[in-house]
Amino acid sequence: MAGNHKVEPEPWIVLRTRALESLLIEKGLITTEAVDKLVDTYEHDIGPMIGARMVARAWLDPAYRVRLLADGGAAAAELGVSAANLVVVENTPRTHNLVVCTLCSCYPATVLGLPPTWYKSPPYRARAVIEPRTLLREFGTTLPDEVEVRVWDSSSDVRYLVLPERPAGTEGLSEEELAALVTRDAMIGVANVQAPAAVAG
Amino acid sequence: MNGVHDMGGMQGFGPVVIEQDEPLYHADWERRVVGMRRALGPYRIYNVDESRKEIERMPPARYLSASYYERWLYSMEANLVAKGVLTRAEIDARVASLERDPSQPLPAPGDAATAAAALAQLPATPEPVPAPAQRFRPGDRVQAHNVHPAGHTRLARYVRGRCGTVERVLGVFPLPDAYTQGQGVQPQTVYAVAFDARELWGDSAEPNSRVSIDLWESYLEPAGTAATGE
Repeated sequence: MAGNHKVEPEPWIVLRTRALESLLIEKGLITTEAVDKLVDTYEHDIGPMIGARMVARAWLDPAYRVRLLADGGAAAAELGVSAANLVVVENTPRTHNLVVCTLCSCYPATVLGLPPTWYKSPPYRARAVIEPRTLLREFGTTLPDEVEVRVWDSSSDVRYLVLPERPAGTEGLSEEELAALVTRDAMIGVANVQAPAAVAG
Repeated sequence: MNGVHDMGGMQGFGPVVIEQDEPLYHADWERRVVGMRRALGPYRIYNVDESRKEIERMPPARYLSASYYERWLYSMEANLVAKGVLTRAEIDARVASLERDPSQPLPAPGDAATAAAALAQLPATPEPVPAPAQRFRPGDRVQAHNVHPAGHTRLARYVRGRCGTVERVLGVFPLPDAYTQGQGVQPQTVYAVAFDARELWGDSAEPNSRVSIDLWESYLEPAGTAATGE
């Protein structure tokens, strides 16, 4: 229809994906609309803002913090978040936690959304357990030897989320303001939460 | 399986490459793969253990060169074929057809009878056997078995034969090794077991660090009792 223009061959993976979708539609198992809707949910409704809200709540409410550390799934449910088998591990002045999945790429998707590509990459999966301090330095997080590094390799159906330390200089901030400081990377454990001045600067 | 997917402690991959302001997907086909997998979820055609098993069976060179969602697509095809929902010939024919005419529209959705026929060969979900009583408590010293099963396992290579301490009791979950070998649903207690970095990496260990990994009860013995080469 568009004259003599040449059609570029589709990359094979685009064709394979379309072939599978086409067959599954034909079998009556999926519809394009259902697929679109599920993808949209993960793009718009589920992301690190959910985990950040839990972290900010724990910083402000000591009783919630205790419940969050005792049973992450139940504490998530209090905020209307469905996150079964969630274990929350707390950073302290003496302990820094880091989450990885060496065998595949398990990730607390219900509270952080889809993982970044680096989390799923061979260098991260390979190195997090053997040289976590070196890895953290590459992320800009340098820890003194006195701070113990605790790596959590999520090899089961349990998912780990790091409760980062609340930075100094955040007294008087609201839950929303605190949540805005909490990054995905801090909840994976490759970064610390920066105080607002540091964020602005 | 001592596969290339079991990456903990491997060396030579270089620095972690961090993409700033990374989009959720790098291409539309990735969105379609994620959406299809979620859309198929309620049919319980294959579970997460079976998904991982097929990913681990990718030829190693292909595994390493594939993107994350390409591995999902590979596993989805393999599992749909294994469960009789699709045939390899059907997939190949549809790919060939799209190669000839990439612009062809998607087909009209099949009806309920077609869907039922596609799912007719699914095996019945096995009944879980009773879980054995919990064997370990937090603080117990344990040793991971030194075993090298050819099938799917979540017992990562870098902790096999090593001694650690039970950190947390995580709950009762089906043993992936058994399920993926057709041995049914065998629930057992899963523990977060903490290993000192020196126990894992010897003199190469970084200072003051521990690695915890989730291990099923049958991966463990009380420390000092595990037979090597069991």
